[in-house]
Amino acid sequence: MGVIEFKSVDKIFGPRATGFRALEDINLEIRDREFVAIVGPSGCGKTTCLRMVAGFEDATAGVVSVDGTPIKRPGPDRAVVFQQFALFPWKSVYDNIDLGLRNLNVSRSERETRIAAILDLMNLTQYAKHFPHQLSGGMQQRVAIARAYVLDPDVLLMDEPFGALDAQTRVVMQEELVRLARKNPRTVLFITHAVEEAVYLADRVAIMTRAPGRIKEVLDIASIRNAENWDSYEKIEDVMDLESFVHLRTHIWRSLREEKAAQHV
Amino acid sequence: MGKQISLRQSIILGLLGLTSFVGLWHGLAVSGMIPSVFLPSPIEVYDRFTTLLERRFAGATLPGHLAASFQRFAYGFLLAALIGIPLGLLMGWYQILDEIVSPLFDALRFIAPIAWVPFAALWFGTGIGGPIMIIFAGAFPPCVINAYRGAKFVDPRLIEAANMLGTPSHRVIREILLPASVPSIVSGLRVSAGLGWQSLVGAELIVASAGVGYMMVQGQANVSTTTVMAGMVAIGLVGLALDSALRLAERIIQRRRGLEN
Repeated sequence: MGVIEFKSVDKIFGPRATGFRALEDINLEIRDREFVAIVGPSGCGKTTCLRMVAGFEDATAGVVSVDGTPIKRPGPDRAVVFQQFALFPWKSVYDNIDLGLRNLNVSRSERETRIAAILDLMNLTQYAKHFPHQLSGGMQQRVAIARAYVLDPDVLLMDEPFGALDAQTRVVMQEELVRLARKNPRTVLFITHAVEEAVYLADRVAIMTRAPGRIKEVLDIASIRNAENWDSYEKIEDVMDLESFVHLRTHIWRSLREEKAAQHV
Repeated sequence: MGKQISLRQSIILGLLGLTSFVGLWHGLAVSGMIPSVFLPSPIEVYDRFTTLLERRFAGATLPGHLAASFQRFAYGFLLAALIGIPLGLLMGWYQILDEIVSPLFDALRFIAPIAWVPFAALWFGTGIGGPIMIIFAGAFPPCVINAYRGAKFVDPRLIEAANMLGTPSHRVIREILLPASVPSIVSGLRVSAGLGWQSLVGAELIVASAGVGYMMVQGQANVSTTTVMAGMVAIGLVGLALDSALRLAERIIQRRRGLEN
């Protein structure tokens, strides 16, 4: 199970009266094994939403819970993939992935089996002994995804995971993530400012307003994806050319542009 | 900023400074303005130095005294590192410990190591224990401070990643804070070795029964100022060698880190 729920969540950084109002009355339920992307203008608090589920930040008011239990601290049931990878520079690829399993007291032989499987799935087998600085950005992010996925978490939290990658690598990683998500579905909360990425990957897309961030609109992508049979296309660019895709993308674009425009008034 | 100075220029300038110092010293000593027992000339000191290398004075040759001093230094320095580094890391991780220890530590570290001499002698004797305590007093603070800073300024994203992976505290300290703090700790060890070596010789002037400091005290008692100066030269040379070795280690580690990050 992995149901994420935001109930009337406010977040204020600093003192309640005078601090920065980052989030206001966030209500969102993410179902088990659903892939939800949050998009919004920069500084709208979308990353703060993710950080609250991760247990890195508290809600000022309201409740953030997973499977009905309010979140108190970070934990391996909610694995995070960070934008800047956050791999341990002095640990090899293998040891980076191993740490979470050791923390869960998984036996050595089972760890070896699980790590071998995830390395294979992420095409990392030959890099097991490498150190992060010896790998490209895309490879490093694969390791970070492997480090999260190997824990078999209920919830996977991805904070602009492809934001630091170049355009080509980004596309490859998006396709890989879809492949991974089909093979081993998890509840995913995905933060991005790239509209195409959100529409391509997510079952639902939540659009946020500028700060204080509120959820403006939630779009159901999955029903359109299934109706239009997006999954029958192998390449991301083929999906992106479909009328149904373009329509959704334009809708979200317009919605975000309104927020941007309002910001400059 | 001025012009960049090349390595060769820097060596030449360093030698220039040294030779003018020795030249000035020599000129002053041979001028006859100062009795030679008050200021022996560099040549006399050099002669005494080479003699002491082979002939025993105050129970041992100069290398013998140096070995005794260095052994004490090594014990005190090692003890300071073994206690100081873990303490600093723990203070960097557990805020409660930080709050308890920091004020006490900040007051104690301003007491010069030499001030502990009477108590060091009373508590640990004048053999090996007393001097070790004094070196420890000198070498301990930089170990603690640098391990603490290293732990405190670890990239917060790495701490978040470790927490997200459910890493228990003891493992965060050993596998995240310690490796992240290595450059800072090594810089601390360099400062610590310098201060420890300084304090040691001061301590030996009073409490030891062998060692360079002890040799110098005996030299003073025999009005052999050349012996005292030969001791000073030996202390300076060993200190310089120690610092150069640790500086090299520091550079190697920083260079490796530069690649890693």
